[in-house]
Amino acid sequence: MSDMWYLTGFIAVAAAATFATRVIPFLFFHRHTEHPLVRHLGRYLPAAVMALLATVFLQRSATWNNALPGFDALVPAVLVVAIHLWRRNALLSIASGTMAYMAILQLNLIQA
Amino acid sequence: MNQSIFRLTLPILFGYLPLGMAFGVLFTTQLDYPWWAAPVMGILVYAGAGQILAVSLLAANAGLLEVFVAMFVLNARHLFYGLSLLGQFQGAGWRKVYLIFGLTDETYSLLTSRARSPDRHHEQMVDFRITFFNQCYWVAGCALGALLGANVAFDSTGIEFALVALFIVLTIEQYKALGDTFPLFAGAGAAALAILVLPQAHQLIGAIVVVTLVLLVQYRKLRHSLIEGGADHV
Repeated sequence: MSDMWYLTGFIAVAAAATFATRVIPFLFFHRHTEHPLVRHLGRYLPAAVMALLATVFLQRSATWNNALPGFDALVPAVLVVAIHLWRRNALLSIASGTMAYMAILQLNLIQA
Repeated sequence: MNQSIFRLTLPILFGYLPLGMAFGVLFTTQLDYPWWAAPVMGILVYAGAGQILAVSLLAANAGLLEVFVAMFVLNARHLFYGLSLLGQFQGAGWRKVYLIFGLTDETYSLLTSRARSPDRHHEQMVDFRITFFNQCYWVAGCALGALLGANVAFDSTGIEFALVALFIVLTIEQYKALGDTFPLFAGAGAAALAILVLPQAHQLIGAIVVVTLVLLVQYRKLRHSLIEGGADHV
């Protein structure tokens, strides 16, 4: 039962945080849309945050204490980049990378 | 009208159904919560990358403050979507709250790129229906995936890599839209620094603070060179 309370709180907080990012500009920034600092952050921050998240979660999904440190995640990551640059189909890129990673882990393709 | 909106949103259907299903499968295979919580999140949270990140946070039993910060930071790009739609949503009345709530990456790209007539009221009604159709696709995907994950037994070890793959794809898309590698190196560098010096629980927030500071320094430098360049002409 306490699990369901945690889940309820979690969904409420996640919904509030997501809605906050969407509503804040309408509440506070309607006078500052032309400010050069707002425009600068609007231009560069999204790309920087995506690269940041990709790096943090890539590092966490890799195994670093085996003979080929990090290869179990880096190989599928390179595959995602290559397939995305080739076909530019987000779902195809995500599916190929995920299946490659699952195969590497489940079949122990990169030996410890 | 609904038929033309369906045609307009068809590409979103093809994107949201499988991605929502991926979230649903992740949700039921990685967590012990009932399957219907997945579509409920699709209705109440409605964020693609956000919900997939939420699965890792739920699995780690993350504190609610951490959940708020992580979800806010991940969705921070939405802060800048609103800025370009302030005028377009003006005077939409009760519909405005839902238009803002449903402003995902894909809905934003549709609303800002489609042809518009001068009849603002009519266009806002079309915007509203586009947003609603898109969310229906997303919720349907979440429900289908969750049912599939709950009923079909398979070894899902490693399926969480979908999150990493999604972030890599979004990074490439951001780069293609921007044509500048500086923010990518700044973001990856800030993340590497945070991984090296901070415990795991504080890495995300630490890295975001560092990268924001880097962008502020870059802004000051650009301003400076602009002002100096301008002074030459005086």
